[in-house]
Amino acid sequence: MGKLISKIPDGPLAEKWTRYKASVKLVNPANKKKIEIIVVGTGLSGAGAASALGELGYSVKNFCYQDSPRRAHSVAAQGGINAAKNYQNDGDSTFRLFYDMIKGGDYRAREANVYRAAEVSNQVIDHFTALGVPFARDYGGTLDTRSFGGVQVSRTFYAKGQTGQQCLLGCYSSLNRQIKKGNVKMFPRREMLDLVVIDGRARGIITRNLITGEIERHGAHAVVLATGGYGTIYYLSTLAVNSNASAAWKAHRKGAFFANPSFVQIHPTSVPQLNEFQSKLTLMSESLRNDGRIWVPKTKGDKRPANDIPEEERDYYLERRYPAFGNLVPRDVASRAAKERCDAGYGVGESGLAVNLDFRDAINKQGKKAIENKYGNLFDMYKTITGIDSYDEPMRIYPAGHYTMGGLWVDYELMTTIPGLYAIGESNFSDHGANRLGASSLMQAAGDGYFILPNTISNYLADQISVAKIATDKPEFEEAEKAAKERINKLMSIKGKHTASSFHKRLGKIMWDYVGMSRNETGLKKALELVRELKDEFWKDLNISGSAADLNMELEKAGRVADYFDLAQLLITDALDRKESCGAHFREEYQTPDGEALRNDDEFAYVAAWEYAGEGKPHILHKEELKFEYVEMKVRSYK
Amino acid sequence: MNLTLKIWRQKNAGAKGNFATYRMEDVSPEMSFLEMLDALNKKLVEEDKEPVAFDHDCREGICGSCGMYINGHPHGPVPAVTTCLLSMRYFSDGDTLWVEPWRAKPFPVIKDLIVDRSAFDKIQIAGGFISINAGAAPESNSILAQKKNADSAFDSSICIGCGACVAACKNASAMLFVSAKISQFALLPQGRIEAKERVRAMVEKMDELGFGNCSNTGACEAECPKEIKLTNIARLNREYYKAY
Amino acid sequence: MNKILFSSLSKKFVMALAGLFLLLFLPVHLVINLMLLKGNPEPFNKAAHFMATFPVIKIVEVVLLLAILIHITWGILLQIQNWFARPIGYAGGNKSETSFFSRFMIWTGASVLTFLVLHFFNFYFIKLGIVRGNPEDFYSVAHSLFKIPAYNYIYLTCFALLGLHLYHAFSSAFQTLGLNHRIWTPVVNVIAWVYAIVLPAGFAFISLTLWLFR
Repeated sequence: MGKLISKIPDGPLAEKWTRYKASVKLVNPANKKKIEIIVVGTGLSGAGAASALGELGYSVKNFCYQDSPRRAHSVAAQGGINAAKNYQNDGDSTFRLFYDMIKGGDYRAREANVYRAAEVSNQVIDHFTALGVPFARDYGGTLDTRSFGGVQVSRTFYAKGQTGQQCLLGCYSSLNRQIKKGNVKMFPRREMLDLVVIDGRARGIITRNLITGEIERHGAHAVVLATGGYGTIYYLSTLAVNSNASAAWKAHRKGAFFANPSFVQIHPTSVPQLNEFQSKLTLMSESLRNDGRIWVPKTKGDKRPANDIPEEERDYYLERRYPAFGNLVPRDVASRAAKERCDAGYGVGESGLAVNLDFRDAINKQGKKAIENKYGNLFDMYKTITGIDSYDEPMRIYPAGHYTMGGLWVDYELMTTIPGLYAIGESNFSDHGANRLGASSLMQAAGDGYFILPNTISNYLADQISVAKIATDKPEFEEAEKAAKERINKLMSIKGKHTASSFHKRLGKIMWDYVGMSRNETGLKKALELVRELKDEFWKDLNISGSAADLNMELEKAGRVADYFDLAQLLITDALDRKESCGAHFREEYQTPDGEALRNDDEFAYVAAWEYAGEGKPHILHKEELKFEYVEMKVRSYK
Repeated sequence: MNLTLKIWRQKNAGAKGNFATYRMEDVSPEMSFLEMLDALNKKLVEEDKEPVAFDHDCREGICGSCGMYINGHPHGPVPAVTTCLLSMRYFSDGDTLWVEPWRAKPFPVIKDLIVDRSAFDKIQIAGGFISINAGAAPESNSILAQKKNADSAFDSSICIGCGACVAACKNASAMLFVSAKISQFALLPQGRIEAKERVRAMVEKMDELGFGNCSNTGACEAECPKEIKLTNIARLNREYYKAY
Repeated sequence: MNKILFSSLSKKFVMALAGLFLLLFLPVHLVINLMLLKGNPEPFNKAAHFMATFPVIKIVEVVLLLAILIHITWGILLQIQNWFARPIGYAGGNKSETSFFSRFMIWTGASVLTFLVLHFFNFYFIKLGIVRGNPEDFYSVAHSLFKIPAYNYIYLTCFALLGLHLYHAFSSAFQTLGLNHRIWTPVVNVIAWVYAIVLPAGFAFISLTLWLFR
């Protein structure tokens, strides 16, 4: 270990994947049955991988913490899924999708991976359609598309505002088919507590049965993590409240490098925080920006109802600042612009931490019916939460923690720095650079799961066919199980006064205030200090009631929060180390005179992959230089 | 506002349960029902008592994890919302709220308000899919579907699998759930080839798991947080008869 | 095969078909009964005689009896299964909005069954010769029965309950058979209302007229 080998195949960009597939080692069908693969997570990437591997004939064990694989958080993705189909004849192509992603990610992603993601995007759409995903259609019966932020073509396939749910249910159905066939064995209500590494290879996991509290050992020839992102590090985020980084973090502690942890996407359009008890921030799909116009009053502190503010007194600041893309600028740009207006005192609502997203013009032009057709369920959801009818008055929105571009470092084969351990979907770092474009997470997750991993994993497994079924009585399993139990005991025996959630909330506040949309050295250093202090307090003053040998949600939560303290420190360290602004990572010290991000390609065109060096020791930084052969690194402009 | 909560507490599947009474003071009308329970649990943990266990995850009404029976209604008295989006502004000071788990033989209680809904997964495993391997799909636009039908398929497919239909039905029938999936596939050209096997397998599994029979009372439709329509059940019936 | 015949949906299908057949039989019965209102026993007795002897009707009668039997057996069986599906009820009650009468089908059905037993003793069993009486003069039998106030109370109550049963049964049968339609289902629901009111009202009219005005 220590050296990052990205294993990018030779040849021209557009041929790399084809060439790779043509030369990759394969496993013969008779041997596949004997090979066991663990997949952790059942979202688009996890369920996709588990079913595709099952279809190939491997013996798959699939785990999730929810009661059913159908509840993985991919379910909540709203707006759509991209593909380079060019159904609109608007100049789209695999290359343009690739280019948009590279540019959207502010030139901090690996060219070859991104091109491949764009390349398999069409297969993903075909597969979902064939699985019965009811994508929106045109009157002629063909699939409809819409446009999304950061691009100038219409390539986003959608199922109203519930595209993630529909795609996930597609994955769930293909997973069910493999469960029925006996190729996949499903383990719901299990939480991964540790990765088991034997002779340097990933050979299994330790899980906790969330109903009985039992600690279980599971062996396999390879382990695939499809465990999502760590957006809940901010406590309030658009993620499911139980989403967590523990599986990835445990793998990191066992040797998997963690890449670009500070690249966290703050989504520009979420329902603002309404009260102090709030447990989550609900996303309002970016697709709303297709028809909604974002504005704040031109006068500071103007508290008139939005509809009473005349046109000439409204500042459509995105249209003003970015005439070419207007309301459809990428997420990082839109989020920062909202924060800038609110910080300057132009925000609306009681807290002043919100901006208007107005559909008045769209409704006047297209009619209420058309808007209802496109966004009906989002308007309903907004009304349910806030009690406000957005057909009559603007929605109020504010940015919220959303997606993490950072994650476990993987090579071209999606393998981490631990041989036999793979990371797919949001849990890896590979495709979105420093900022993800809308509707590309479903695309990447499903592409990784269904079409990339099943093709690359055989390259590793071909050498494993002679390895017998992994026995779980090996000392490594014993040790990992013992460590997991000890940690549970340690958490249970603190017996302080406060709940895990209350610590989580405080951690989230620190992260949001100092490591959110905009960061500076002083703030980051302060945050590092505060997180350390809070972590100490946590380990002294946490209370978990109930028993560890039973269903215990406080214990689950405590374990996740404990890992977040460590990840938070790494995230801050990475943010401190990256002395430039790029994508979602905005360092106030590095900006242009008009407040745009100022990249430093000479010094920072690399992936920061962090190696765990042991408890309490500083992480070791490894750099993977990013070479751009097919796109020119330019200043990202949406003006 | 101040509320009295009568919450079903049950240590585990085998234990006998009973209602415990909790007083909740200063509940903000801006809280969601689950945030109100979060506040209760915080208090309980700080007193070193076991918190109330309940399933929850996305908290935006789409994952289908949450679900409790509140004052005679699954997901509470407000139509078309899940428990996580049920706002406390619908309750008034002094109210007593009965909070119970879903009650159905195929949904045994695991702990407190958590029930085992794996029966739903089993029905889907029996046939809720289209048999196609990754890589075998034809070009998307080679399968044309009428917009009207695709939209209706979507309306059926938005089921979140929460189980409110079973909880509401006086017969604990799972027909709305099964019919939503069957309808999605019945309305689309994809997967018609295995339509007969699908409906037979799913209905057979549904019966085997011990769900009750549909008597067309319409409680499921009234309580479904995603407003899935009873017409789906008629379509399921048609699909089933056509399968023989 | 058993799995198909005895699946929940098949049982419901048979229930609905049998029920619909019984629904068709009721107007026929009402038309014959209306002849009781005439001062002359001849038309009624003739009709009764025709119904008892005409060969085609004989076959229909067997089907009818089978329908009644299946409808009752399946109804009870389904209900028992339904009770088993929820062994523990809700302390907070079940307040879901439902088609109101649908909740009491087993009870309204049971009361109709009670009446049916009575009815069989009074007429059908006489015809079969199980119970003593004159099968050739049901006119007089009916007239004398309707002179007994208690008989009228039972009769009227049961027909009121039958109305409640019919209302849900009518539209429910169509739903169960999968015959729902954007335009026709609302029409069926209206017919169900009319049917559920007119039929029991017809029978009640005969009972009240013979009891109070003859």
